[in-house]
Amino acid sequence: MATFFGEVVVAPSRAGLDEEEEAPEETPEDREIRREIEKKRIFCGSFPREVDVLWTWRSGGGAEEPLVCSKFIVAIGRNASAFLSSFILDSVCWEVVGVVKLWNEWCRTSSTTNVLPTDSFCLFYRLISDPTVLLCQCSCYVAEDQQFQWLEKVFGSMQKEGLQVTILSTCPVADYKTQESTLTLASPFLKALKTKEFQEQVCCPLLEQPNIVRDLPAA
Amino acid sequence: MFIPCDRGGGSAAPDFKGFTLLMPAVSVGNVGQLAIDLVISTLDMTKVGYFYTDCLVPMVGNNPYATAEENSTELSINAEVYSLPSKKLVVLQIRSPFIKNKYRPFCETLLSWVKSSKCARVVLLSSSHAYQRDDEQLLGTPLRYLLTPDLEKAVGGRMQELNWKEMEKVAAYPGINDTDKVLHIPGGGITKLLFTESCSNGIQMAVLLKFCSEGDNIPDAFVLVNYLNEWLQLIKSEVSTSNSSTDLSSQWKIPSSWRLLFGNGLPPALF
Repeated sequence: MATFFGEVVVAPSRAGLDEEEEAPEETPEDREIRREIEKKRIFCGSFPREVDVLWTWRSGGGAEEPLVCSKFIVAIGRNASAFLSSFILDSVCWEVVGVVKLWNEWCRTSSTTNVLPTDSFCLFYRLISDPTVLLCQCSCYVAEDQQFQWLEKVFGSMQKEGLQVTILSTCPVADYKTQESTLTLASPFLKALKTKEFQEQVCCPLLEQPNIVRDLPAA
Repeated sequence: MFIPCDRGGGSAAPDFKGFTLLMPAVSVGNVGQLAIDLVISTLDMTKVGYFYTDCLVPMVGNNPYATAEENSTELSINAEVYSLPSKKLVVLQIRSPFIKNKYRPFCETLLSWVKSSKCARVVLLSSSHAYQRDDEQLLGTPLRYLLTPDLEKAVGGRMQELNWKEMEKVAAYPGINDTDKVLHIPGGGITKLLFTESCSNGIQMAVLLKFCSEGDNIPDAFVLVNYLNEWLQLIKSEVSTSNSSTDLSSQWKIPSSWRLLFGNGLPPALF
């Protein structure tokens, strides 16, 4: 594509295209170079993109029993996490049972469970009076290539029969697609998406077409 | 990778033996995906399953082909499979971009699914950057096709009858050496990879693509889906009496999810 000044640039695309198809076949020298670079990155403190889920009751060795869980509430993003901190969580009724450790270009979480509200963290809590009720506060950003891993590792530790999952998340009003302008909408407002299996009453209207949800809440 | 929908009553997994798999490449202007939306919406295809994959950005929404209150609450995700047994057609729709470094794993898994489900052939709808055309390609039709050698034997003659144009190869080292020609599909996403893999794996695949640019790609989608229809005859073309050309654009049904593609309504305070 030629710009106004006559230079030729690659046109950006909504389809999010990578020029991956142009990558030529690797020679043995290329592989060697790549291996050295990887080694250097880890040595210099660049972390690989692994997602680690650490549960407090597990010693980490051998086959572990899946957690029996009846209700799992996941709050994704700072607003939803703050909602849980303000209205639900307290140190009397809830105990920390797990933490997610990950790193990406936007944030890094650690394995500490003593966090400040302004930190990026992803913690799991269990209701002391009913240990099958689990809660997750995820205020860190989980990158695209880590979302599937997060999903598999978290849900992989749980027994899924009879499990009810509730996901709390927020989106900017400006992203909401509607016939009228979003300026005139009474915000904030709630919308929901539910699976066929969810038979209970939903407390708010369902999300209308053509709106969609993406990233970790979608995963 | 493929998870069939639970239709209740212990129904068996769907059988795609001998079917044509129609799918889009996530490519410039999303033309392939828009064209697939038109096919699914017009033929009122039934969802039969989805792909559980880590290769695509996750997304979820309510049924994009909803026509009424009753059918608007079924969840829909980024890679779903629809089928129309009466036309032996199975359609894969992809609704989000690929995650970095996941092109190859997706292509490999997809092609192995194609083989295991015994689909007869694959038709890939795609597009390519219009600004990368050479002087000759700027003239004439913006539509091209490609066939793997196995499919060439079966339908190559039909393409000649339809007077279709095959995608030209370009010089591997332009300006230096014009004899080495390679296939180059800029902006085509996984098109070239899927095509070359199909050639080496003996899979019958056809690629139908249109040269286009980013913008309002709805007209491009109509052109591409009409091109597809010339060959597969998915909908009947009614010859209108007023003009001799068979204009099918009005016969494709636009899905409800295409509303508000370019933003919300305007705030009245603007005027």
